[in-house]
Amino acid sequence: MKEAENNPIVSLIASIVSPFIMLFGLYVIFHGHYSPGGGFQGGTLMAASIILIRLAHSGQTGQLQFPATLNTPLGSLGVLIYYGTGLAALWWGGQFLNYAYLPLAQAISWRRSWGILMVEIGVGLAVMAILVSIFDDLLEDNSYD
Amino acid sequence: MHWELELVFFSILIILALVALTVRNLLTAVVMLNVFSFLSALLYVVMGAVDVGFTEAVVGGGITGVFLVVLIFKTTRRSVD
Repeated sequence: MKEAENNPIVSLIASIVSPFIMLFGLYVIFHGHYSPGGGFQGGTLMAASIILIRLAHSGQTGQLQFPATLNTPLGSLGVLIYYGTGLAALWWGGQFLNYAYLPLAQAISWRRSWGILMVEIGVGLAVMAILVSIFDDLLEDNSYD
Repeated sequence: MHWELELVFFSILIILALVALTVRNLLTAVVMLNVFSFLSALLYVVMGAVDVGFTEAVVGGGITGVFLVVLIFKTTRRSVD
């Protein structure tokens, strides 16, 4: 991206607004199993808050909050959480992603609730990391000529 | 919702889509698409699909607009070679 000097008003407003967007994204993820929203929407909101910071602060300053090297590990971690929940249910005698067989000492309905929450967290992490990664790749300065 | 209001919203939706297709300025087209996304999200919510409307507002209105603006910023209208 062109190296423009930071506009203090834009960067201040982005810094103020971004944590609230992140908090709303977390709210949407953690209430996703019994209200509208879920992992995908919450992850997109969290990605939006990180991308807002990157838009407002050009160059390396925008990377301080969430460095680009975290993109791929977090995305992989999200997929692993999703897949691990399914495999845990498979391991303890049920079908893939059958939350009733998760090894939690609670009633079946609560086990299902926790299982859905874990899957939502995995989806949210993966979506957030991959969307930020797409943004970073778009802005990368490499000429393929 | 009253059907008159719905008719107005759908008419604006069609006009926005036509403007986004025909306008020369690409930034205007992106903004028109964003407004299209928000208006269709409103219509989804009114029809009772809150989840779909939420997704449309977040993805279509937030992330897609940013990505398209970045793409316009990275490309030029005329080729250099």
